[in-house]
Amino acid sequence: MRRLHEGGRIDRSRPMEFIFDGKALAGYRGDTLASALLANGFGLVGRSFKYHRPRGIYSAGPEEPNALVTVGARGRREPNLPATTVELADGLVAESQNRWPSLKFDIQSVNGLFAPFLSAGFYYKTFMGPTRRAWMVYEHFIRNAAGLGRAGEEPDPDRYEVRNLFADVAVIGAGPAGLSAALAAGEAGAKVVLVEQDFLAGGTLLSEPADGEARAWLSVTLARLAHMPNVSMMTRTTAFGAYDSNVLGLVERHGSGTADPAKGEARQMVALLRAKTMVYATGSIERPLTFANNDRPGIMLASAARTYLNRFAVLAGTRVMVATDNDSAYSAAFDLAAAGAEVTIADGRAEPTHERLEQSRHWGIAVRRKSLISNALGRHAVRAVTLSEPGGTITLKCDLVVVSGGWSPTVHLTCHLGVRPVYREDIKDFVPGKLGAGQFVAGAVTGGFITAGAIEEGHRAGAEAAAFCGATKSVQPPFSLDLAEINAGPNGSHFVTSPRSGPLPHFVGGKDGSPARRPQDSLPTRSGERWFGNRKAELTKGKAFIDLQMDVTVSDVALAHREGYESVEHLKRYTTLGMGADQGKTSNVIAISAMAGLRGMAVPDVGTTTFRPPYTPVAVGALAGRSQRHLYKPFRRTPMHDWHVANGAQMLETGVWMRPSFYLASGRDVDQAYPAEMRMVREAAGLMDISTLGKIDVQGPDAAEFLDRVYVNGFAKLPIGRARYGIMLRDDGIVFDDGTTMRLSERHFFMTTSTAKAADVMSRLEFLLDTAWPGLRVSVTSVTDEWAAMSVAGPTSREILAAAFPDLNVSNEALPHMGFLEGRYRDKPLRIIRLSFSGERAYEIYTGASVGKEMWCRLIEAGTPFGQKPYGVEALGALRVEKGHVAGPEIDGRTTLDDLGLSRMAGKRSGYVGDVLGRREALSDPARPRLVGLRCLEPGKRLSGGAILFRPGERMHGHGLGRITSVTYSPTLDASVGLALIARNAAEEGAEIVAAYPMKGQTVRARIVSPIFLDPKGERLHG
Amino acid sequence: MLRIECPYCGPRDHDEFRYGGDASVIRPVHDDADFEAWYRYVFVRENPAGPHREYWQHVIGCRQWLVVGRDTRNHEIASVRSAREARA
Repeated sequence: MRRLHEGGRIDRSRPMEFIFDGKALAGYRGDTLASALLANGFGLVGRSFKYHRPRGIYSAGPEEPNALVTVGARGRREPNLPATTVELADGLVAESQNRWPSLKFDIQSVNGLFAPFLSAGFYYKTFMGPTRRAWMVYEHFIRNAAGLGRAGEEPDPDRYEVRNLFADVAVIGAGPAGLSAALAAGEAGAKVVLVEQDFLAGGTLLSEPADGEARAWLSVTLARLAHMPNVSMMTRTTAFGAYDSNVLGLVERHGSGTADPAKGEARQMVALLRAKTMVYATGSIERPLTFANNDRPGIMLASAARTYLNRFAVLAGTRVMVATDNDSAYSAAFDLAAAGAEVTIADGRAEPTHERLEQSRHWGIAVRRKSLISNALGRHAVRAVTLSEPGGTITLKCDLVVVSGGWSPTVHLTCHLGVRPVYREDIKDFVPGKLGAGQFVAGAVTGGFITAGAIEEGHRAGAEAAAFCGATKSVQPPFSLDLAEINAGPNGSHFVTSPRSGPLPHFVGGKDGSPARRPQDSLPTRSGERWFGNRKAELTKGKAFIDLQMDVTVSDVALAHREGYESVEHLKRYTTLGMGADQGKTSNVIAISAMAGLRGMAVPDVGTTTFRPPYTPVAVGALAGRSQRHLYKPFRRTPMHDWHVANGAQMLETGVWMRPSFYLASGRDVDQAYPAEMRMVREAAGLMDISTLGKIDVQGPDAAEFLDRVYVNGFAKLPIGRARYGIMLRDDGIVFDDGTTMRLSERHFFMTTSTAKAADVMSRLEFLLDTAWPGLRVSVTSVTDEWAAMSVAGPTSREILAAAFPDLNVSNEALPHMGFLEGRYRDKPLRIIRLSFSGERAYEIYTGASVGKEMWCRLIEAGTPFGQKPYGVEALGALRVEKGHVAGPEIDGRTTLDDLGLSRMAGKRSGYVGDVLGRREALSDPARPRLVGLRCLEPGKRLSGGAILFRPGERMHGHGLGRITSVTYSPTLDASVGLALIARNAAEEGAEIVAAYPMKGQTVRARIVSPIFLDPKGERLHG
Repeated sequence: MLRIECPYCGPRDHDEFRYGGDASVIRPVHDDADFEAWYRYVFVRENPAGPHREYWQHVIGCRQWLVVGRDTRNHEIASVRSAREARA
């Protein structure tokens, strides 16, 4: 194999150096890593997954099963990249995989000798069941032996991005069909995005001889597209998934060389392309042939050999055996012969196409009919093949075997939305099924493999797609391109597109300027042989691989069949067929055909596996984009956030908010700080940032009626200037949320919700008004972000308030419990509500968010002489446990009013949300939970949240009688206390209970007590 | 991803929306005490393979509750109307 002195689409003026397995090599700009390796004489580039067999480069595209390499070093190391898709860059470092100590001498290739033991189901049979323990012992060794590349362990220094794109028409694939579609859609006036995974546009045209008509057609077409401002071409971009509503997932790779993060360049970018219509012009992938040792280096797809020759100017061999059952491989044979190779064709058909035979004669190529390749000789490189022919077998020397078993339309993307592909007997493969509205297909993916047909089909699809989204400017007929292809398949099938009507304007092609002619029909031929090879040959001569990447052979499929794993989905899982990084792009159809043969069924009856995104692997980094670390999700900060951080608050992520957990001034860690903060609130006062509470403004003539319906307790009679604690239920009678609502005027209320449920409550209120009660004249507005809120709690709170607001009367008479005052603060509204969560007398102060920090500082200043300091959510949560207030852990979406001991809230009312279903019989079952308090009975031990409860002496089994929901150390009682939900029939105050925490092997004795540990009469908060 | 054509904001990704369940069930009036009616409204669903009417709210947008006609087999959206209009 060698590089030719001229030709190809490489830039010989731009030489590039790269390193493969530590060796410095040279290539050119325009090379792939695979073409550069071939040009440097590397036939052997990797070892196989299971048997460590030597492997070479098999294809020239993303279907590559063999030549997987690891590219880059350290944090940029990326394993399992097909060398065929890696664009060569100066300084690129790549290494082969799954070999030790070296490619040429790999110790584990002895696995091949143990092959009889490593057949399908080997691990399963050996290590499951009675011998399961053996797996524990051997797993490490087996996992090391079988495998692909190793990912890097260092952090990736590169940047990844995600972006959003919009288009009228998305065209996937820039081959002849896709280019033609983009051109037509662009001319019609549509906004077009043309996506191409390769770094060059052109598809199969890039593999045509560089001096031919294809090149002229391609350059004219690309020039026309480049002049269309409404068409954008995205090369190096893979459409990896098709999603609902014509959304495509794209991954764009940075161009040749490493992205420079310092310049803000992203190494890869995921783009979500929302298109109005899509044209799938995804082409086709050549099918291999199956025969003994069909994996040897030096065996490759015929189309790949042609691509390496014509696009990369690499002649992959000089003595070439072409094994085929169809006409398409003849093009490769002729080009290889023209480049000086000695070519022999082994055609499985009895009667190859007449014209092809004549052309072969012209090139001096011997065509052997009814000749089936049955074995390849040579280990690290093929050196001969054995052909089975009617007259017996013959062995012929060669250094390159190119194979073609026909073509598989690249249907993957068209199946992602659940549209099953349809089998076509004439091409022995699947084509896209009936696609949804606005989805079009064109070119080889439709099962027609003639360029002229692809161009015409693309043109029509492009124009139709544009018209679908309203772009209907007149479109010129397409330039035709006749490559004189004859693509008859086995058994007389014709790989042709359907006949067209009317002549096409002719751009290049027919020597006399005549209209493009239809592809010639050919005589029916019968080879009578199945193209997936015969098993006998394999058993006597060596392995015949179906899936090269996963090392699945014809006998593995036969074994699966014998053992009853007949369905395609079972076959796949039992043999691992198609489960490699290539997802069986060259093997699935062959396997299905093989199984169909074994079962004596037609292929469509055997079925296909499901195609799912991604089409080719996508780096997780690209999917994540910049959504990592602190950018993973947005954080909400209160207006006082900066003050907290500057004053020693340890911030805690609580849902979407950042809140102070505790302040370092109270203690060096949370265990030390929160009891200190609790004592401060109980003995003097504490200041708490409660801006995170949901705040909803409710206005309208029917506002009172609305609140009467959404809360279990009545609000219609709430006097102006007063607040009320309310509870909402869901429609099914389960408690939804609690909060306080105050009445500002006859028609105006100010509602607060819990921090966690703020968004849900808002949405629910809107739902009820939009769908259930549109007649109610009420408007709800979320004002959470407009208000800063803080709470002063503790025995000295009133003095602090009086000091902070000398103009306001905050006496017990003017501002009693659940009383409410309005005022102004620095031109912003001010609302003060007296209510308590902690059990102490407390005031909530609401003011404009923009002056929140100022207000906070004012209260800090006013409160300091009265022993007030700020406290965090840890102490807040503990204070409410002491007071027996329920919160998120108790309002957990499973508990009712009765469970929480709150039935009195509803009283005898009716007509509120959740009323009827809340009275379901099942909800008064004596085994329903009841909220109780627990007090730890063992000094030095602590109750644990989540512990399950049992009667003393009872066997600790199952879910127990209930569980502990919230715990705290109570400085007031100097005991570990908690709230628990326990079966009503066991919720006997004074009874002893055992709290078990099996995860840690802990058990603690506790006594059931009232959930209100402190001030049951409420003297503190009313005082 | 679904794209939902909000009648107020235009076509948007479904992650701007909140799903609100079956829109074909009829909610009893607020003070209806009929247990069966509430039971059917909350728990009984057709779960059709085919056209389905369902509520979506454009939460990161106009916040309107919408009634969307979606085919559960292929996610094709046939209609989007404001819930208030759909009810009227």
